[in-house]
Amino acid sequence: MTTTLTEIKHLPTLALLVCCEYLAIFKKTVAMHEVFLCRVAAHPILRKDLNFHVFLEYNQDLSVRGKNKKEKLEDFFKNMVKSADGVIVSGVKDVDDFFEHERTFLVEYHNRVKDASAKSDKMTRSHKNVADDYNRIGSSLYSLGTQDSTDICKFFLKVSELFDKTRKIEARVSADEDLKLSDLLKYYLRESQAAKDLLYRRSRSLVDYENANKALDKARAKNKDVLQAETTQQICCQKFEKISESAKQELIDFKTRRVAAFRKNLVELAELELKHAKGNLQLLQSCLAVLNGDT
Amino acid sequence: MAAEREPPPLGDARAADLEELEDGEDLFTSTVSTLESSPSSPEPVNLPAEDLSTNSNGPKPAEIMLDDDREDLFAEATEEVSLDSPERDPMLSPKPTPAITPVTPVTLVAPRMESKSVAAPVIFDRSREEIEEEANGDLFDIEINVSDPEKVGDGMNAYMAYRVTTKTTLSMFHKNEFSVKRRFSDFLGLHSKLATKYMHIGYIVPPAPEKSIVGMTKVKVGKEDSSSTEFVEKRRAALERYLQRTVKHPTLLQDPDLRQFLESSELPRAVNTQALSGAGILRMVNKAADAVNKMTIKMNESDAWFEEKQQQFENLDQQLRKLHASVEALVCHRKELSANTAAFAKSAAMLGNSEDHTALSRALSQLAEVEEKIDQLHQEQAFADFYVFSELLGDYIRLIAAVKGVFDHRMKCWQKWQDAQVTLQKKREAEAKLQLANKPDKLQQAKDEIKEWETKVQQGEKDFEQISKTIRKEVGRFEKERVKDFKTVIIEYLESLVQTQQQLIKYWEAFLPEAKAIA
Repeated sequence: MTTTLTEIKHLPTLALLVCCEYLAIFKKTVAMHEVFLCRVAAHPILRKDLNFHVFLEYNQDLSVRGKNKKEKLEDFFKNMVKSADGVIVSGVKDVDDFFEHERTFLVEYHNRVKDASAKSDKMTRSHKNVADDYNRIGSSLYSLGTQDSTDICKFFLKVSELFDKTRKIEARVSADEDLKLSDLLKYYLRESQAAKDLLYRRSRSLVDYENANKALDKARAKNKDVLQAETTQQICCQKFEKISESAKQELIDFKTRRVAAFRKNLVELAELELKHAKGNLQLLQSCLAVLNGDT
Repeated sequence: MAAEREPPPLGDARAADLEELEDGEDLFTSTVSTLESSPSSPEPVNLPAEDLSTNSNGPKPAEIMLDDDREDLFAEATEEVSLDSPERDPMLSPKPTPAITPVTPVTLVAPRMESKSVAAPVIFDRSREEIEEEANGDLFDIEINVSDPEKVGDGMNAYMAYRVTTKTTLSMFHKNEFSVKRRFSDFLGLHSKLATKYMHIGYIVPPAPEKSIVGMTKVKVGKEDSSSTEFVEKRRAALERYLQRTVKHPTLLQDPDLRQFLESSELPRAVNTQALSGAGILRMVNKAADAVNKMTIKMNESDAWFEEKQQQFENLDQQLRKLHASVEALVCHRKELSANTAAFAKSAAMLGNSEDHTALSRALSQLAEVEEKIDQLHQEQAFADFYVFSELLGDYIRLIAAVKGVFDHRMKCWQKWQDAQVTLQKKREAEAKLQLANKPDKLQQAKDEIKEWETKVQQGEKDFEQISKTIRKEVGRFEKERVKDFKTVIIEYLESLVQTQQQLIKYWEAFLPEAKAIA
């Protein structure tokens, strides 16, 4: 009977736990959205997009329709084609050193970020498990404290309190690591994928341009449809040059942003880790002072 | 309630024992070659001090000075041992990193009450001091270490031999410091002997560590991996705690079997401890029979104290098991965290390598280094989680089983007394019948039987009262020990947590400027 009583006494803690979890997830989601919107706003072209303006200014409900089955299927096929094509296209060696370097870099970077992101996830999850264990230990100690017949009951209650408090800190450590490290890596996983996609699109247009050149030469040789071939070649050339120019800028921006984001998050991570460790230390030391004073 | 325990009559028994011992002691000392009475020899004092300080939070210098006194008194009884011998160091079991040390609830030197000016050693005085130490709460000057696990033999007949080192100034031992090699079955044999002698009269005999066929087989087969080293270390620590608890018990400390275990270089092999031996099977059968008997004994408890205590121990058992399960989960998760941190560290290092911005690349490498160090920290913390906290809980769960056993013995004792009373009644009725039937020869036999059973009933009552008294005393002692143990161990555990946080602060403080330096 006494066990259930102590469990009931711990209900507020359970409710608190759920609240803390919700808050952590909420913080995460909000942060991600903020980063996304800031990115769009900072982009010279995208910031002018009408959809973006509507999103920011329209003060009533935006009825956004999710993709229906047909669109999802289209996406799926597009992706398939893209990856197949990407393999073919990536075989083409680039004349431009900048892009060649970028491609090599991005492929390796993307893979490593993927790995780091996965490992970081596992690490933060383990941290959370430890925090949960502290919670259970705290409540076990509480039961021991309320039922013991000797003078150790006060002792147990104090230590139970300590575990409850330190658990909160550990949970926050886990949440902050998730926010500052795991999410950062996840974001750059997707960013590097987007950059790879950009390179793919450029390579695609390069291939198209080269094909158009070959077609033009053939047309000139046969003296047939030369004008048409010339126009196609012109368009492809323009497209290629335009995409090369913007891609170059995008990739440079990517690097700048990446460095800034990592810097911000790593600094904040270190500061938070320090804050929590100091908080934990103070908790432990003051608890020890009380316990040692009593004995 | 436990605090009001009066100095037990055990003291009287002890005095008697000790007096006899001292006589015997003199006999021994005359056979010992060197009988130099060394006046205040500072050397022996240094030894316990150093070792104690590495093993636990050592005694303060003041207490060591008092040790000096004692040396004076025992000087003529003890052989002068060369304590500067190099073998001193190997006896300290290789402990892990200084940050966290496994608990060795070492019995420290008792702060002495008498002034230093105690005169010439009189046998009687010596025993008085020892009793006084005891009354101060079982603080004896004896320290046990179990170290240097060594594999002996090959294949399935192989076994681990452990070195058991005793350091003491108690006069009942031949030397101040000595060590022997023992194997696991020796420990089990010792426990078996002590349990047989003392449990049925109400003494709580500390249980020996559990057997593990799986663990031991791995070691025998010769797997030199981390899990078998861990197993051996776990066992070594458990054996050490077991002996330390046993010698803390004032009655058990007097036992000749215990002394033989600690002192003699050769010990007859305890074959009866093997699980599948004849004795082993007999044990299992007896256990089953006991369990059945327990269910059928319905004792009308005249003493509410016992009922109350049994209930309390039942509750405590449940709570401890729950807590133990949670702590074991913590150990498991902490180890996972350590592994995952290490994996992340490697991954971050790789990421740093492929990052082409120099400053960021360097910062990521630094992050990898920090995480690697943190992984080490987690490992050490998991070690403390287990050896300091989890093992204590496991020990107490087994100890409470022993306490319950003692309560059961009391029930059996009561039953025996009741049975004797019933038999006596029957004999009396038989005698009455014979009186009427007028058969003089059988009558005498009947009268003799009545006398026999009257004695048995008296003995039964006396035994029951004795065991009840002993249990009360033992439980009081147990509760005191428990409180002390838990307080010490939990404080030690919290201190390990403090260490971890302090290290974390250091590491992140070192990393922060590196992160800020990314330009």
